[in-house]
Amino acid sequence: MANLAVGALRLRGAGFVARVPIFGNPLNVAAALVIGVFAICAVFAPILAPYDPLAQALGSRLEPPSPEHWLGTDQLGRDIASRLLYGARISLVIGIVVVALAGVFGTFVGLVAGYAGGLVDETLMRVTEVFLAFPPLILAMAIAGALGPSLVNAIIAIAAVTWAIYARLTRGQLLSLRRREFVEAARAIGASRARILARHLLPNALAPLLIQASFDMGSAIISAAGLSFIGFGAQPPTPEWGVMISEGRNFISTQPWLSLFPGLAILFAVGAFNLLGDGLRDAFDPRLRRVV
Amino acid sequence: MRFVGFLARRVVGIAAVMIGVSVITFAISHVIPADPAVAALGDHATSDQIAAFRAEYHLDRPLPEQYLTYLVGILHGDLGRSIRTRRAVADDLADSFPATLELSFAALLVAIVVGIPSGVWSAVFRGRVPDHVVRVLALIGGSIPVFWLGLIVIGLGYYQLGWFPGGGRIDLFVAAPPTRTGLYVLDSLLAGDFAALRSSLLHLVLPALTLGYFSTAVIARMTRSSMLEVLGQDFIRTARAKGLRERVVILRHGLRNALIPTVTIIGLTFGSLLSGAVLTETIFSWPGLGRYATASAVSLDFPAVLGVTLLAAVVYPLANLAVDVAYYWLDPRTQRG
Repeated sequence: MANLAVGALRLRGAGFVARVPIFGNPLNVAAALVIGVFAICAVFAPILAPYDPLAQALGSRLEPPSPEHWLGTDQLGRDIASRLLYGARISLVIGIVVVALAGVFGTFVGLVAGYAGGLVDETLMRVTEVFLAFPPLILAMAIAGALGPSLVNAIIAIAAVTWAIYARLTRGQLLSLRRREFVEAARAIGASRARILARHLLPNALAPLLIQASFDMGSAIISAAGLSFIGFGAQPPTPEWGVMISEGRNFISTQPWLSLFPGLAILFAVGAFNLLGDGLRDAFDPRLRRVV
Repeated sequence: MRFVGFLARRVVGIAAVMIGVSVITFAISHVIPADPAVAALGDHATSDQIAAFRAEYHLDRPLPEQYLTYLVGILHGDLGRSIRTRRAVADDLADSFPATLELSFAALLVAIVVGIPSGVWSAVFRGRVPDHVVRVLALIGGSIPVFWLGLIVIGLGYYQLGWFPGGGRIDLFVAAPPTRTGLYVLDSLLAGDFAALRSSLLHLVLPALTLGYFSTAVIARMTRSSMLEVLGQDFIRTARAKGLRERVVILRHGLRNALIPTVTIIGLTFGSLLSGAVLTETIFSWPGLGRYATASAVSLDFPAVLGVTLLAAVVYPLANLAVDVAYYWLDPRTQRG
């Protein structure tokens, strides 16, 4: 019986996550391709960028897109395409670090709450409720403003407003899983609490966490760009997309490409992560696949 | 009686959350690395001036005492004095909050009026061109940075077409209506001032479209998926089998049942509206809470930042409470549970 139950777990656990047919849908393939292109731009920015993203050329300021400067130049003559490529690096790092920080911390809190139950669970869930009560950008702005405007502080601020949802998700999953037969079986064969948590409960709770991570990659990129736009995130001359949009703001009526291209870059990157999140959700939940 | 119990439980829950919120905002603004006294008085302030400032704002007291002073103040409607504007924070918030509320309501109206029909349309034409169009637009709405959209909208609506004003709440040459609610559109109507009404409506269009796009996308997606779920139910087949017209089946039988999750999502988008308002107000020079918050945070004005964060954190659960109440009445099944 125990072996059967653990066998069922293996089928539904991490292996199940890896075998979900997300690439059967062309939209998911498109999303993965866009994310792949961004990742390549981010990794190989120094090779792909035709110019130094910080090099000023005052003689060629505000030039429209041309063969020399594919996406034009900004108010200081910097090449927008090169800045955009380096910006991809910054944005993807923001997404990954925010999701890693918030995901690991939130999942840990959720695991503790869900497994311990009782007063610990009650206390931790009240704390997550408090964090979820804040409109995220306002709290992130308060934290980033308090710590001082910088990219690192913006990342800390966004992670601080993101972790609570992982805690709730993990805890919810645990509550529904901990009475299941395969967990009972693992307990019956003498598995320790830590082993049950790490090997049996967490892999089965992974699906919604992965979906949330995909959406949060996108929202972290948007939030960081928003914080930079109002001066609480990356600072000029960093080629961060929000900074670039902010710098192009005064030229929107005359040289719109300054803001247009970084905005499109955010739109594509975030859209791809959202699409992938949708795809993952549909793939993990066949009921939704029929409906949505 | 059951409803009163439900309401009481929710109100107690919100009060508990509010105490947690006040602890967090207080902790954030009192562990700041930069010295608010120096930030307010400048680098050349004397040590006496800094000491006087610290005494005035109770910054020289132990943290628990500062928190208790703050909490007692909140309960008496006193949110402290803004370091930047030198006015009571509560007065500043009272001045700027109606502007944000007006913008958020207008954005929500856009989202409901556009989002629900789009979702229904998309579900009815599932898998065909209208469905694809709505889904792509919804995907863009969920992925577009609101501050960038604002710039594009100003570029088109103000600079290119010249149809709408590029910022502010009312024309410089039009007197603001006498304040009753603080919402210019409503106040203009109440005062019968049509010049102010026209101007304030025109000023609302671009920021409301910008802010409302995200919520429109969310509502359209939710309406679509719940419509698809409802349209597959047996009672819809029965309605069709009875020979009812398709319009009646979709609107009266389908939409009415599909609206319940949509109402929930409308409440949940209110929080994102407040977040989006910070950026939208910055773009459109809209004199609301968001612009006040940004200016306050830049100048390390911690009583103001605390006030805004606290107010925002009160509005969000209250909006959700309102939705829960609506839900309670809309769906009789929740009354039994």
